[in-house]
Amino acid sequence: MSNNKKSKKWLEPRVELPTAQYRLITLASFVLPILIWCLVSYVPFIWHPNVQITDPGGVGYFKEGMMLKREVFDTESAKMASESKALPHGIPANPIYLPAPDEVVRALYTSFTTEPQRRSEQWLHESLWHSITVVFTAFFLSSIIAVPLGIICGTYAAASRLTEPFVEFFRYLPAPAFGALAVAVLGIHDGPKIAIIFIGTFFQQVLIIANTTRKLDLSLLEAALTLGAKRLQLLFKVVIPGVLPELYRDQRILLGWAWTYLIVAELIGTSSGITWFITQQARYKNFDNVFAAIFIIGVIGLLSDIILSRLGKRLFPWDKSSNKA
Amino acid sequence: MKPLVLPSYLDQDPAVKNRFDALKQRDIILDVKNLGKKFPSKNGEVTALKDINFVTHRREFVCVIGPSGCGKSTLIRILAGLESASSGEVLLDGKPVSGPGPDRGMVFQGYTLFPWLTVKKNVMFGLLNQGASVVHAESEAMQWIDLVGLERFADNYPDQLSGGMKQRVAIARALAAKPRILLMDEPFGALDAQTRAKMQAYLLEIWRNIDITILFITHDLDEAIYLADRILVLKANPGEVHELIEVSVPRPRNPEQFISPEFLATRKRLDELIHPPSEDDDDDKLNMIRFTQAGDDIEPNE
Repeated sequence: MSNNKKSKKWLEPRVELPTAQYRLITLASFVLPILIWCLVSYVPFIWHPNVQITDPGGVGYFKEGMMLKREVFDTESAKMASESKALPHGIPANPIYLPAPDEVVRALYTSFTTEPQRRSEQWLHESLWHSITVVFTAFFLSSIIAVPLGIICGTYAAASRLTEPFVEFFRYLPAPAFGALAVAVLGIHDGPKIAIIFIGTFFQQVLIIANTTRKLDLSLLEAALTLGAKRLQLLFKVVIPGVLPELYRDQRILLGWAWTYLIVAELIGTSSGITWFITQQARYKNFDNVFAAIFIIGVIGLLSDIILSRLGKRLFPWDKSSNKA
Repeated sequence: MKPLVLPSYLDQDPAVKNRFDALKQRDIILDVKNLGKKFPSKNGEVTALKDINFVTHRREFVCVIGPSGCGKSTLIRILAGLESASSGEVLLDGKPVSGPGPDRGMVFQGYTLFPWLTVKKNVMFGLLNQGASVVHAESEAMQWIDLVGLERFADNYPDQLSGGMKQRVAIARALAAKPRILLMDEPFGALDAQTRAKMQAYLLEIWRNIDITILFITHDLDEAIYLADRILVLKANPGEVHELIEVSVPRPRNPEQFISPEFLATRKRLDELIHPPSEDDDDDKLNMIRFTQAGDDIEPNE
């Protein structure tokens, strides 16, 4: 029984994994998708719906390096066979929009080491840095208003009634719908982009922070009252320190949302930043570069979240739930 | 077996009688007059408390006991100012009180220490609210922490403490704010039996050594008798004062008294008041049929 128990830990509900298994499975969550990608890319009989011509043979319009559907290739070679002309040759290939892992890795490397080909182009890291500034500016502006407002709404019923019904309505309006308006008001550069991310984040943020604040154990406030705490002391000495760790976790999730608005926001006005890089590269069919850029966004998101989570443990040493994850 | 003959719970030997006479000469700290509480509900108004009258004297230990739903928690919350009364008034040192304040300290059943503050800072909370300087509050807090025997844990967070330790800090925190009366709402209800017994002894020790009046809610009859000078027994629907019992068990109290005649007599009386023999006890009967083999009895058959 005890042996069994040890080996089948992962089948038991809500049982913590031993450290070694924990690490292994975390690693697998990244390795598995990459493995599937490799299989599809490198094993010729998996998928590969296209044929890349290596030798046109007798077909007039075939050219070396040309990419076409396998059915077309098959009919043409059957025709050649029946007319006893030279057969065309080709290798199975995936569509151009699915580059192989090695191509993406190479593109990633090149994008940081080689000067952009066209004069108007930016380096990848320049585009990225621009995007990061836009996201963080918008998130910062949203937070300095939404966090205090949310805490006040979660603490005082009157503030909650005055604010939340309207915010609740406004959060259903799709942020990108304000694109044209934002451009008209704020011009074509970073202004409207920051505005779109702000609109997309702000209203959710107010409601989430308000709800988190409301979840504070009421008995803590009652205890403070019996210890002589009054009005603003209750807010600053009980409510705010009490919700801080939860609020910090909310902010981490909301920062992720802000990133999801980035691409739409950057298409508004003159497109810029990482989106400009991606759309531009897609136009030239450099899909390896497109994938490279998308991955970098993912990596930045994940890294900043890990850093913030570590920082959280430092900031709130009393908070049990943050010390677990 | 011969039934145990108990004295009447009303019998007091002269020493005990003198003690209560002296007690009643003391200043009245808390005076509760015609207190009533009604809640609106779907089926009209519900009376939670009706005509509650009692006083507590300086350095008296009063326990409030009653069946569940008798409104004992509502009563203590009204006294603490966390809820308002529908009628009647509460006087503290002769002055009517409204709203919560540090003159009535409270220890809750749940753990209400501020998790983001260390033990020391929790105890300093009330002192700082009253405008004490940090240095003064800190030295004062350390004395209270010392009193509850937790000086080694002054810099720990509440999460690192056991349940009993948390409640000791909660007591220290409430006392540090220098209340006239300490209100305790089933403070040991969540603790295991051993810790609970220890906490009762601690509490008596603290109470004996400082100038504090305690009003203590419990549903544990033994706890009430062990701790209290007088026990206020409430009855449910509506919550009314059933009887105010003077506990004749002499002080200082110790656990051996649990089987003394006075203790048992008081306990029997409380039992009668709280669990009156009801007419239809059928609901409480098990419909048991035999599942074991004949001759496999664990008790001798009569």
